[in-house]
Amino acid sequence: MSYKMHVLVCGGTGCRASASQQIITRLEESLREKNLEDEVQVIATGCFGFCEKGPIVKIMPDNTFYVQVKPEDAEEIVNEHVIKGRKVERLLYKDPEKKEAVSDSKHMGFYKKQLRIALRNCGFINPENIEEYIARDGYSALAKCITELKPEEVIQEIKLSGLRGRGGGGFPTGLKWEFASKYQADQKYVVCNADEGDPGAFMDRSIMEGDPHSVIEAMAICGYSIGATKGLVYIRAEYPLAIQRLKIAIQQAKEYGLLGQNIFGTDFTFDIELRYGAGAFVCGEETALIHSMEGHRGEPTMKPPFPAESGYLNRPTNVNNVETLANIPAIIMKGANWFNKIGTERSKGTKVFALAGKINNVGLIEVPMGTTLREVIYEIGGGIKNDKKFKAVQTGGPSGGCLTEKHLDVPIDFDNLLASGSMMGSGGMIVMDEDDCMVSVAKFYLEFTVEESCGKCTPCRVGNKRLHEILDKITQGKGTMEDLDTLRNLSRVIKDTALCGLGQTSPNPVLSTIDNFYDEYLAHIKDKKCPAGKCKALLMYHIDPELCIGCGLCARNCPVDAIVGERKEPHFINTAKCIKCGACMEKCKFKAVSTR
Amino acid sequence: MENNITLKIDNREISVPKGTTILEAARELGIDIPTLCYMNLKDLCIKNAPASCRICVVEVEGRKNLAPSCATRCENNMVVRTNTMRVLNARRVVLELMLSDHPSDCLVCAKSGNCELQDTAIKLGIREIPFAGEKSEFKVDLSPSIRRDASKCIYCRRCEMMCNDVQTVGALGAVNRGFSSVVMPAFDEALIDSECTFCGQCVAVCPVGALTELSHTNRLINDLANPSKTVIVQTAPAVRAALGEEFGLPAGTSVTGKMVAALRQLGFAKVFDTDFAADLTIMEEGTELLGRLNAFLNGDKEVKLPIITSCCPGWVNFFEKQFPDLLDRPSSARSPQQMFGAIAKTYWAEKMGIKREDLIVVSVMPCLAKKFESERDEFKTNGDPDVNYSISTRELAALIKETNINFMQLPDEDFDAPLGESTGAAVIFGASGGVMEAALRTAYEIQTGKTLENVDFEGVRGIENLKEATIDVDGFELKVAVAHSLGTARKLMNELRAGTCKYHAIEVMACPGGCIGGGGQPFHHGDSARIKARAKALYTEDAEKSFRKSHENPYIVSLYEEFLGKPMSERAHHLLHTCYFNRGKEIIEQ
Amino acid sequence: MEKIKSLADLKRIKENVQTKIDLREKSEQVESLVQIKVAMATCGIAAGSKETMNYFIENLEKNGIVAVVTQTGCMGYCYAEPTVEITKPGKDPIVFGHVTTERAEEIIQKYLKNDELVADIIPVNFDTIKDR
Repeated sequence: MSYKMHVLVCGGTGCRASASQQIITRLEESLREKNLEDEVQVIATGCFGFCEKGPIVKIMPDNTFYVQVKPEDAEEIVNEHVIKGRKVERLLYKDPEKKEAVSDSKHMGFYKKQLRIALRNCGFINPENIEEYIARDGYSALAKCITELKPEEVIQEIKLSGLRGRGGGGFPTGLKWEFASKYQADQKYVVCNADEGDPGAFMDRSIMEGDPHSVIEAMAICGYSIGATKGLVYIRAEYPLAIQRLKIAIQQAKEYGLLGQNIFGTDFTFDIELRYGAGAFVCGEETALIHSMEGHRGEPTMKPPFPAESGYLNRPTNVNNVETLANIPAIIMKGANWFNKIGTERSKGTKVFALAGKINNVGLIEVPMGTTLREVIYEIGGGIKNDKKFKAVQTGGPSGGCLTEKHLDVPIDFDNLLASGSMMGSGGMIVMDEDDCMVSVAKFYLEFTVEESCGKCTPCRVGNKRLHEILDKITQGKGTMEDLDTLRNLSRVIKDTALCGLGQTSPNPVLSTIDNFYDEYLAHIKDKKCPAGKCKALLMYHIDPELCIGCGLCARNCPVDAIVGERKEPHFINTAKCIKCGACMEKCKFKAVSTR
Repeated sequence: MENNITLKIDNREISVPKGTTILEAARELGIDIPTLCYMNLKDLCIKNAPASCRICVVEVEGRKNLAPSCATRCENNMVVRTNTMRVLNARRVVLELMLSDHPSDCLVCAKSGNCELQDTAIKLGIREIPFAGEKSEFKVDLSPSIRRDASKCIYCRRCEMMCNDVQTVGALGAVNRGFSSVVMPAFDEALIDSECTFCGQCVAVCPVGALTELSHTNRLINDLANPSKTVIVQTAPAVRAALGEEFGLPAGTSVTGKMVAALRQLGFAKVFDTDFAADLTIMEEGTELLGRLNAFLNGDKEVKLPIITSCCPGWVNFFEKQFPDLLDRPSSARSPQQMFGAIAKTYWAEKMGIKREDLIVVSVMPCLAKKFESERDEFKTNGDPDVNYSISTRELAALIKETNINFMQLPDEDFDAPLGESTGAAVIFGASGGVMEAALRTAYEIQTGKTLENVDFEGVRGIENLKEATIDVDGFELKVAVAHSLGTARKLMNELRAGTCKYHAIEVMACPGGCIGGGGQPFHHGDSARIKARAKALYTEDAEKSFRKSHENPYIVSLYEEFLGKPMSERAHHLLHTCYFNRGKEIIEQ
Repeated sequence: MEKIKSLADLKRIKENVQTKIDLREKSEQVESLVQIKVAMATCGIAAGSKETMNYFIENLEKNGIVAVVTQTGCMGYCYAEPTVEITKPGKDPIVFGHVTTERAEEIIQKYLKNDELVADIIPVNFDTIKDR
């Protein structure tokens, strides 16, 4: 007899960190106790995306979406929901505006505007079970390609779909395949770029954890199209779960004959191996990635020659990012004309974004290209945390730019983001509120690029370091107006002269914050003030004599004895001694200490 | 022509073959785009174009970013501008960035005046460095041959390319990331503890003062001024073919006579020639070759062939470290430098009545590995080295300048006798193939008893990495190979290890082109034509010599008569031969 | 493990495993399917609602009806257990009382297949808080 009920528990990295594995164990124990193990199936799936509210438990077929479930809630779910059919009200998602419980995820703001193509199977199937993937039309696209279509027809279909690379560059995928197909060699390679490195971005990880077969299938399709028999997944070693799931998936695909020799009885042969990266950001750049796979120092080289001509071991190589690949089977099954109706004129399909920062619904979302930033931030993201004011959103990872209020209605696509001074990148989206200092934000991103530069070319190696030093100087209140000019010119030169995408984009946060938040820079430089109150060096602690009762608590807690005053008399802070640790402000019971 | 590409650079049209870079096309037009990391030793097929310094950027119409001209191929109808405001600004900023992370100690830097970074700063008219901030600092690493100051490294990667791709030594590599990136031995090892062979090719290509020779000029000045010491000098063949470049003479000008005069003015008691020892080397090595060959012809299965030359100390270091399982293949003959030292401090010193401890033997070499070699324990008697120390061609030039000797006005003078007399065979030691050719001239005559009519073995001459020749020695087909650069030598050694080597004799020189391209020679600054020209100078001198076969050198004949007996005699063994040590880091399975 | 050697093999496996996720596929598009909610409170279970539910699940497929069968709590019609609420797409829900397995068969044949009404329909005669 088949199961009457499926309980899907998120088995993504985030939810697992919040004990989702224990939830599964407790659910199974409880079901066994009630003799329900044959009627109710518990399934570990990939990420649901709504990480803010994880761990997620979803009950099918009544589509009940439980959030922030703890292992100890398992019994109640079984007793109430499974046995008695009563929803566990307290575990349901509460709509923040209407303040009422929403049980079906389809009616939640977070999911309403989403369209899941790349993430179609994430949070739906058991990623460690190839049959569930096959049941969802898995490997049908591969079958269709190699039994019905010629390689050039597959490429034509991908070209027609308008799919562009989701790793950051936005290069048309079909065109890339076509280049690789045109070079003749004894061996060609398909490489999956799973070296996801943007801070906060985890779409590729989620796809590999939640739907590894879609990547495998797409790589095989690509191999068929360009004439390659070997696939390599370059994945960072910090993704143990994704690695494990990919390994299981590759093994299963081999057992089913979907990888290996004579796939679907044809003479098409394809195999996939994993290669581990050590976590260098620059290895996401395709030439650097290839060098790293070859055992060389992970640093980029000049293009041309493009990998399509001379890539891994100097053979023609096609490199695609995970999310790009995850779109391929869907395009083949539903057709290019289905896909190219979604999105904007020059950016087709959907894009997965990782929402992070000062936003209510932190998580992973997939929306059609052309969705506005406002829809993403306010409708899907649920607005700014703690009812603060929106200040900026940083898209495109560390090399993207900061967009403001005036960009909120820009439909998101590759070209619009570029035109607004940012970029798509791999889909990181970090929301900032009024408490964020934009100079510090630029400095933070530069710190990242300085850290992650491979050092090969001068502008990136030294230039970014100098940018960071100047920004640091400004946040210390030691900046000059000349520094601002230097920042601008240096940024432009770095963009203009750096060897690879990392350096060519690394000054973006500097330029976009200067453009959009010029006054904030001026405040730091001229008034020696940080409007957001973030730059410690510019803070002045002050005791309001009206509010101070002279209890002396602040003085006793000051680590450097910077606070003086008679008992029962207003105290004051010796600013020359003050190290701005904030202990006084924290201790004062009368809110007499403030910063300005 | 169909394969030609037509483009415009700075409004001037040019047609170039497909594959030409913008930089090459511009240079053809006489447009001097500055470069730093780029280096192209065309004749040697050695190229470094990582496109990493970004000094050579140009504007290509239709492209979003500036393009590095050294690595951007010309395309039809390309419109290139090398001197727009955008380009000049970018180039200047990039150079300023580089300078902002470089010590400002030009006044006391060994490379001052010869520094490509300095030249570029002059060309771009840099007057101040607008960027303050952190500078990369590393400790100075002193080895017997090379002074390494990574703080000055501009990360052009030329040395890394030479050390890894050309020499396959692997001592230098890029370490760290981002701002801390630098080229140095792994794990911050000192060069002396690394795989380094001291071939000095890293020094030869370093555009700045990060890699320089360990200088002995001050030590030499002190010794020359010491009245209680007799200081004599020997000069290697390749020095005379390059020294003139330091005084503005075109490459390939032989300055033997002026060099001898300069050394005499410097105060050396005797000015001798390493060439004398080169002839001696041929006597020993040639005899060893014939010994092994005849044993082989007589059916000795144990005989170790091929015999490989051992004149080059960089090569000796290389095989001791990389091929310790094959230490029985190279000839046991010492290098000419060491043979000279051994003879000078025994035969000659006795003859002159000079006590060993009062005699200082200095060598002038195109080589940095010779500095290391002279310090080897096996070349010392009671702690006193046979060759006290070695200075490079560049150090000699510096010394001549410092001592106010007007080189160009010096008369030509001759070497002193007896250790200054040499044959043409010895002169060509300085070029790749020369040792083999010299050995063949002597070995042929000794083996066959016939007179060799044509002494020019063209097959082993030239600048190709690997040269092969088959010589008919009275019916026996003697197969020889000549390799320069350690990478080529490695290929031969791998064949040898695999049992597929088909040669009877191999000459190896560590430096591209042989000693004329040594690490102690005047900087070629990427101009490989210089190295070719130096070889020509040596072959011309050879052709002009009255004796062109080592065994015909009258002083060599009398050395054997008076002192050594015959080649490979017990005394010759003691003074002129050596043994090799396993200095490999790993035990190699056999 | 049987290897997939042809497109037909893949289709066969797909059909075999389809049921494994059918339940999930259906609930994704629940509005366009027949929804059957079986009241499963203590009273319902005592009256045999479990058997009723199983009967629906097993027999709907046989009759070619794609439906989502879920359980719900007590509907308040304890006198008429087992009770079942059926919603056909685009129609108002109808609650049936005394749904034994025999009555379940009747509902399948008449209401679900032919849209004929059957006896024992319980009129919905109260509002919920939500309606106000």
